[in-house]
Amino acid sequence: MDASTDITVRVNGRERRIPRGLNVEGLLRSLGLHPALVVVERNREIVPRGEYAATPVEEGDVLELVHFVGGG
Amino acid sequence: MSPPPSLTPEEILRYSRHLLLPEVALGGQRKLKGSRVLLVGAGGLGSPLALYLAAAGVGTLGLVDFDQVDLTNLQRQVLFGTGDVGRPKSHAARERIRDLNPHVHVEDFQTRLTSENALEILRDFHIVADGSDNFPTRYLVNDACLLLGIPHAYGSIFRFEGQVSLFAVPGGPCYRCLFRQPPPPELVPSCAEGGVLGVLPGLVGTLQAAEVLKWILGAGDLLIGRLLLVDVWTMAFRSLSVRPDPRCPACGTREIRELVTEEASCAWASAAEDGSHEPDVPQWSPRELAGWLSQGRDILLLDVRGHHEWEIAHLPGARILPLEYLPEGLHTLDSARETVVYCRNGTRSARAVRFLREVGFTRVWNLEGGLLRWIEEVDPSLPRY
Repeated sequence: MDASTDITVRVNGRERRIPRGLNVEGLLRSLGLHPALVVVERNREIVPRGEYAATPVEEGDVLELVHFVGGG
Repeated sequence: MSPPPSLTPEEILRYSRHLLLPEVALGGQRKLKGSRVLLVGAGGLGSPLALYLAAAGVGTLGLVDFDQVDLTNLQRQVLFGTGDVGRPKSHAARERIRDLNPHVHVEDFQTRLTSENALEILRDFHIVADGSDNFPTRYLVNDACLLLGIPHAYGSIFRFEGQVSLFAVPGGPCYRCLFRQPPPPELVPSCAEGGVLGVLPGLVGTLQAAEVLKWILGAGDLLIGRLLLVDVWTMAFRSLSVRPDPRCPACGTREIRELVTEEASCAWASAAEDGSHEPDVPQWSPRELAGWLSQGRDILLLDVRGHHEWEIAHLPGARILPLEYLPEGLHTLDSARETVVYCRNGTRSARAVRFLREVGFTRVWNLEGGLLRWIEEVDPSLPRY
């Protein structure tokens, strides 16, 4: 991977280098997560589920990925 | 809440360690005695909730659970003992609570929470602790609490991960602010499918109980606007800010004015356990399969579970190919050969059958009800898990 095309984001409290140009859906897929099973908070705003593909991930973004957990 | 009741000398001694805390003291203990808390679900989370809230002197505990104690519950549901297996949970719980603290009044609702009965059941309680085991009930609890103006202590668990928060407090967010709609039912593995480390609900339910107690006392820092994420495998705790969402249909725009049963919820609550929510997948019953096999028909038995499950029990002559490796192992399968796919209860194998049919296998069937039904109907000598 060419370092100049990478950006640095923070995912669940950890810094990560990811390719520039990914959207939220692409990021989830690259992490092996199903978009329908994860709530995404980007820079403290929840991204509506229907807007994952239209929401870019940009340098310095702070992302929190929260799984649906339903057991009791 | 009506004026808090007074304590008898026996109660004063019993709650001594609370009364010694200036943050609780006599006034707080009397508030606890005057409080009414509803527990939705008497399972992994409901167990520590019931035990600690009863021990702490909550005056009235409501319990909603329609289920009976099963042997597989005892690995984590510490409210019950071996002798309770087969008994209604609400009855067993009532006895255990009476033994622990006879001052607690128990109201049991041996029923499933539905959009029809939720408001009626919740209406007389001050706070709800949600220990349910499915998404439709979680949305129902949230929406009903908002309609009635009472908060709920949320807790949920899966495998090694848990979540805790206090939702639907005036000014704070609700469950729908974070999780707007339920996930598609077919993508959700149940605890019965995914497993759970036994201590996890003990930890998460106890955290919920702490929130309930502090809310009743009106003191301490509550998990309002914060979602606590617990991972017992890495032993990491993380908390996330959740703000009330003005567009939230439950607490923001308030467009949810009556309770709805979330999509496909009735179907999946029971179906997730036996794979019958995959109705379009061709399947054979265990008896049919046993019949064909006894006639010597050449059928490949394909086990799509993990190796850790295979080693517990498997069908004689079967071949293992875990579901997640199916695409890459495809070339090792003969599409001309009759194939029956199975897993524990028929859910994962139904997905495998659908996939195989999509890629051109026409002679492939699901084993209806999975290994569990095979054991029930054909070979009871195999262990159930």
